[in-house]
Amino acid sequence: MASFPGRHSRHLLGLQGMTPDQIEPLLDLAESYALLNRSRKVPRDVLRGRTLINLFFEDSTRTRTSFELAGKRLGADVINMSVAQSSVNKGETLLDTAATLNAMQADLLVVRHSQSGAPALLAQKVEACVVNAGDGTHEHPTQALLDALTIRRHCGGFGGLTVAICGDVAHSRVARSDIHLLTTMGCKVRVVGPPTLVPGGFKSLGVEVFHTMEEGLRGVDVVMMLRLQRERMSSGMIPSAREYFRFYGLDQRRLALANKDALVMHPGPMNRGVEIDSLVADSDQSVIQEQVEMGVAVRMAVLDRLTRSRHSA
Amino acid sequence: MSTLLFDNVRLIDPASGLDQPGRLLVRNGEIAGTDKAGAEGAPENAEVIDGQGAVLCPGLVDMRVEIGEPGHEYRETIASAARAASAGGITTIAVLPTCEPAIDNPALVRLLRGRGEETGAITILPYGALTKGCKGQELAEIGLLHEAGAVAFTDGARAIDPARLMRLALSYAGGFGALVVQHPEDPSLAGSGCATAGELATRMGLPGIPPVAEAIMIARDIRLAELTGGRLHFGHVSTGEGVELIRQAKARGLRVTCDTAPHYFDLNENAIGDFRTYAKFSPPLRSEEDRLAICAALADGTIDAIASDHLPRDADDKRLPFAQAATGGTGMVTLLGVTLARVHDGTLTLPQALALLTHKPSALLGAACGTLATGAAADLCLFAPDQSWLVQAGKLPGRAQNTPFDGRPLEGRVLGTWKGGRRVYGASAA
Repeated sequence: MASFPGRHSRHLLGLQGMTPDQIEPLLDLAESYALLNRSRKVPRDVLRGRTLINLFFEDSTRTRTSFELAGKRLGADVINMSVAQSSVNKGETLLDTAATLNAMQADLLVVRHSQSGAPALLAQKVEACVVNAGDGTHEHPTQALLDALTIRRHCGGFGGLTVAICGDVAHSRVARSDIHLLTTMGCKVRVVGPPTLVPGGFKSLGVEVFHTMEEGLRGVDVVMMLRLQRERMSSGMIPSAREYFRFYGLDQRRLALANKDALVMHPGPMNRGVEIDSLVADSDQSVIQEQVEMGVAVRMAVLDRLTRSRHSA
Repeated sequence: MSTLLFDNVRLIDPASGLDQPGRLLVRNGEIAGTDKAGAEGAPENAEVIDGQGAVLCPGLVDMRVEIGEPGHEYRETIASAARAASAGGITTIAVLPTCEPAIDNPALVRLLRGRGEETGAITILPYGALTKGCKGQELAEIGLLHEAGAVAFTDGARAIDPARLMRLALSYAGGFGALVVQHPEDPSLAGSGCATAGELATRMGLPGIPPVAEAIMIARDIRLAELTGGRLHFGHVSTGEGVELIRQAKARGLRVTCDTAPHYFDLNENAIGDFRTYAKFSPPLRSEEDRLAICAALADGTIDAIASDHLPRDADDKRLPFAQAATGGTGMVTLLGVTLARVHDGTLTLPQALALLTHKPSALLGAACGTLATGAAADLCLFAPDQSWLVQAGKLPGRAQNTPFDGRPLEGRVLGTWKGGRRVYGASAA
């Protein structure tokens, strides 16, 4: 099986540079885990005897739980370390933490960190396979993989699809990973939002940039909404939540501009009434709950693949 | 003191335009004279050094260096900085005031000068703090610092932000004929940025600083220099737009000057790929277009000096997530070699390159060093322009090892450095 890109091929640090030949088999594996999950027939021995440490320097319930479940379903011993309880707060450096985890002989390290590049730094110093569970504004590869899997299940593939990623693209690691993945798979990708949150420079990543929802959503097959962080208001990038919803919120009227039956996606957690109207979030077009389901399957596939490629190497 | 004769050398003295094969005589620590190749006879008891055709030039003058002492001796001491300087052919360094405590009182200026002399290897020309504690609030005692021997005034890598403060600084320092050195970056645009805004920063998810943050500060300060008549210098300029503004200001006859550092004309932003913190600088490394514009500005004389921008850090300062890692790199050992890369690629002539490293920065700081004039202190650098070596972090002379040039082969090797006629680096260094 082809390895992941970059110098640290036993890790999954990002999707930038991955090829369709690497992505398709991973999605296939995830699809098979999705079916096994539904039928409750997951083989428990895939990761038996392996230790997975969830190392979360930033709060996250959803992603951490998803990785925890993925690890446990495959039979791994899963330990959660969150920053609130760890010695990082006592001034221990990231690399000291790495040394400690090495000594504990973890096999898989799932890392979430507020700083771009932190998992890459850890990966240089640990023996374990590192999975980036979101670093700063850099990448969140498993989120993009679960988005892709959800899209593929509904649309049958990626060729010819147009996907609009809407909202705070500038500060979104999800948007970056989605852009890398979806453009690689042959989708046309648009990014939509106010210029302060969707700078024109994103064009260099191979996407089209739109500053109104009305233009950006016209004729798209998938609408991905991003969560708006409260600090975007306090830092003056947008004046208020209500103004944001007025111009960039997804409601039924705007959704109607997209293709009929366009998918509505959101990485969660949602701010209802800020970036997305409840009627849209809960509509038949919304696949937001399925994204969560696919998240577990994708993470099972990633954990499986990384441990397998490591031991076959 | 003894007599020293450098024989069989290529003498280059950019200050006088001298560039010829010849000999140089040192007596009692001073340059006693030069003569052409083929001249015979040596004074009695003279120690003869056969240069075997290598270049003999004035000891280099590095006008922008930060050292760890006082305050951060774990990074570097004055003694270890002197070893790095000597290995780089540097005999005079201008030291930034942003140590701890900041160099904002006359006693500290005298202390630094004295500590330089104690090494026997370097002259330290201290910068004075432009504002008290380099905090950017009130002007420091510029007159007293100047009198004590501070050669110019700056807050180091902290830009003087309020326009009113810069106006006052230029105006007041101008009364003493003192040079004000600005870090050319608008702080509010820079924010918490740690890379040049653009495709690479976007891909890496790093907060970006728009390159125009430099031009905006340079444009403002040129206007303030014009308004006040003060002497203004921009440290480590790094963008094409920035140097173009300086080019225009010079054409208008304003007293505005600038320097740049080797990383801005030898590296571009791609060096930070893979989150390489050893290539993290302030200002950040730029696009290839900007790098080329800096090369062009070196060639056409817009840039007045090349300084190492030496900034010692230890591994713990650098082995952090990119945005949290310290900025800066060591640069004294590699200053000449990286500059010569621009000679080898035809951007600069050898005398041009050496002028940027000797009498030009010396003149900016009002110092007498950086020449081979008869009677000058025998601060000398002997180097082989074509001899190659490999930069290896961990093996560089001096304590600080945070070079951005690790693994880079360089052409141009320092064979020996002399301070006041005494050998401080090279085969038979005392």
